[in-house]
Amino acid sequence: MPPRQKRPNKEKDRELPKASTGIQGLDEITSGGLPRGRPTLVCGGAGCGKTLLAAEFLVRGATESGEPGVFMMFEESAPELTQNMRSMGFDLDKLQKQKKIALDYVHIERSEIEETGDYDLEGLFIRLAHAIDGIGAKRVVIDTLEALFSGLPNHAVLRAELRRLFRWLKERGMTAIITAERGDESLTRYGLEEYVADCVIVLDHRIKDEISTRRLRVLKYRGSSHGTNEYPFLIGDRGVSVLPITSLGLSHKAHQQRVSTGIPGLDEMLGGKGVYRGTSVLVSGSPGTGKSSIGASFANAACQRGERVLLMAYEESPSQLIRNMRSVGIDLARWQEKGLLEIHASRPTLHGLEQHLVLMHELIAQVKPSVVVVDPISNLSMNPDGTLLKPTLMRLIDYLKCSDITGLFTTLTSDTEGSPATSEVGVSSLMDTWILVTNLQANGERTRTLQVLKSRGMAHSNQVREFVFSGNGLDLIEVHLVNNQVLTGTARVLQEVQDRAAEELRKRDHERKLAELASYRQTTEAQINALKADLDRRVNEVEFSIARENFQADSVAARSRPGHGAAKTESKRTKNSRKRNR
Amino acid sequence: MKPKAIKSQAGSASDAAEWQLRLYVAGQTAKSIAALNNLKQLCETHLAGRYAIEVVDLLVNPQLAAGDQILAVPTLVRKFPEPIRKIIGDLSNEERVLVGLDVQPLRPGVI
Repeated sequence: MPPRQKRPNKEKDRELPKASTGIQGLDEITSGGLPRGRPTLVCGGAGCGKTLLAAEFLVRGATESGEPGVFMMFEESAPELTQNMRSMGFDLDKLQKQKKIALDYVHIERSEIEETGDYDLEGLFIRLAHAIDGIGAKRVVIDTLEALFSGLPNHAVLRAELRRLFRWLKERGMTAIITAERGDESLTRYGLEEYVADCVIVLDHRIKDEISTRRLRVLKYRGSSHGTNEYPFLIGDRGVSVLPITSLGLSHKAHQQRVSTGIPGLDEMLGGKGVYRGTSVLVSGSPGTGKSSIGASFANAACQRGERVLLMAYEESPSQLIRNMRSVGIDLARWQEKGLLEIHASRPTLHGLEQHLVLMHELIAQVKPSVVVVDPISNLSMNPDGTLLKPTLMRLIDYLKCSDITGLFTTLTSDTEGSPATSEVGVSSLMDTWILVTNLQANGERTRTLQVLKSRGMAHSNQVREFVFSGNGLDLIEVHLVNNQVLTGTARVLQEVQDRAAEELRKRDHERKLAELASYRQTTEAQINALKADLDRRVNEVEFSIARENFQADSVAARSRPGHGAAKTESKRTKNSRKRNR
Repeated sequence: MKPKAIKSQAGSASDAAEWQLRLYVAGQTAKSIAALNNLKQLCETHLAGRYAIEVVDLLVNPQLAAGDQILAVPTLVRKFPEPIRKIIGDLSNEERVLVGLDVQPLRPGVI
C-alpha cells in the first residue's frame, strides 16, 4: 500500500504548478512561468528593469490570468510607479479601482527612526496581509526589500524577520517576486538569495562596443527544467519581452507552397515558381547591385497577394525607401496605406544586435506578417568579425520558420574579386536560397548580374543572368552566350542587334526562295498542261484516222459483197473494237 | 485587546495635550505590553499631565498601518509636536526614547 500512495505524490511533485508571467518569452524559458505559491528572487544592478518586470508580472497576472496582486514598494511611491507604468501602457489606477491590484508604498526614513529594544516586523506582515485580503491577491511583489536594510539598523532582527516573511508568503500560497539589488561579490547585496531559494532570475545590463543589451538568466529554478542561457530582453513600449531563442529546435514544418519573388525572371530561375513559403532567402551583393530593390520587389509581390509584410530597413528611412522604389516602378506607399506593409526603419547603432532581434520579434508578433524583409543584415553587427551575427540570425530564422514566415535578408559584400562564399560562410548555411548579385565590369561599363548560388529543394538555373532595372520594375534578361562567354550590357545589346539583323536577312532569303519555288511550280504546271493538250490532240488524230480507215474498209466490203445483213453485223463489230481502242 | 481601556489611562485631554503619542502594537504580545508599560512610566516621569497616548492595535485595525508607515511593532510615533518621530522597539532604553522623542528630562539626575 505505501508505495502505491507515494506514486501520485511523486507525479504531483514532478509537475510543479506554475504561474504564467504573461511576459513574452519568459514563460517559454521557465516552461510555464514562475513557481506557483513560491517566492522568486529577481536581482540585478540599477536600471536593469527589475521593477518593471515585477510590475508587468502583476499586471499580466491581474488582467490575463485573473490573479489579483499586491505591489509593495520601498523605493518609488505609488503615484510614481503608476506614472512609470503608464508609459508601458499599464493603467494601474484603473486596476486599483477594479480591485485587481493593490499598491502599498512603504516609506522608511532612517532619520525619523530611533531604535530601542526588541521589536519585530509584524507591522509589515499586517500591512501585507491587509492588502492581500483586501483584493484576494494571489501574487505579491516586494520591490527592493533591501531598502529595509538601510532603514533598520538591527540586521539580526531583520534577517530573522525576512526568513519569516518568505515562509509566511509560502504558507499563504502567494506567487511572489522579490527584487534585490545586485551585490559586488554575492548575487544580492544583502544575501537575500539565502532566503529565496526556489527560483532566482538575474537581470543584467551590459555594454559592449558602446551598445547596451539587457539580458536575463534563470539562475536557479528548483523542481523545474529551465533555459540556462542568457537571453536578451527588451523594455519596449508594451512592456518586457524576452527572447527565448536558443531553446527552439529544428522542428518546423516544411511548406509545399511556393511564393513569387516579384521578379518574373528570378521566379523562372527558381524552377518557375519562386521560393518555398517559410524559407529564408539571402541576397548578397556589393554596393549598388540592387539588393534593396530585390527586397522591395519581394515585399511588393507579397502585398499584391494580399499578405502582410514587415520591412526592416536599416539604411533608409521609410519615405526615402518609398521614393527610391517608385523610381523602379514599385509603389510601396499604397500597401502602406492599405496597412499591408509595415516599414520599420532604425539605425543599426540604436541597439545591440540582440536587442534588434528582440525588437524584430516584437514587431513580428505585432504585425503578424507572412513575409519579412531585412535590409541589410550586415549592418546590424558593428562587430567586424560578425561572430555574433550568426547565432542571432539563426534565432531569427528559426523564429520565422516556426511562424511560417518567409524571410528575405540582404547582405553587403565587398566588391573584390574572389569567392563570395568566404565572407558569407557564417550565415549562408542557414539560408535556404542564396542569390548573389554582382557587378560585372567590362568594356568600360558595369552591368548587374544575378545568379542563384543555391536553393534547397528545387531545380534552379545555374546561369548567370543580367539583371535590369526599368520603370516597370526589375527583371532578368536571358543570357547571351557567344563563344562560351556571357555577354552583358552594351555587348549584349550589340549582339542582340546583330542577331536581329541576321534574322532579318535569313527571313528575306527564305522569302526569296519560296517565291522562286512558286514561279517554278507555275512554269512546270504550264508545261504539263501543254503536254496534256498535245496528248489529247494525238489521241483525237489517231481515233479519227482509225475511224476513217474503218469507214473506207467498210465501204470497200459493201461494194464487193451484195446484201445488207452482213454489212450490218460487220459495222457492229467495228464499233466494239473502236471502243476497245479508246 | 482593549485599546479604549489603555486610552483612558493614558491622559485626560488627548486633543489638547502638548505631547501626542501613538503606540502601534500587534496584539497582546510581551513586547507590546512591555512597550506600553515603559512608555507610561516614562511619560509620567517626564511629561506628567502634558501627554496623551493612543494605542493602536494593528490586528484590529490593519488599515492604520499604512498611514504612519508602520513596519516594525511596537512603534511609538510622536504625532505632536512636529516633526513626526518614530521609535521602534519595546522602549526599554529610556535614554534613547527621550532622545528619540526629543524630550528634555525634568531632572538631570534621572538619566
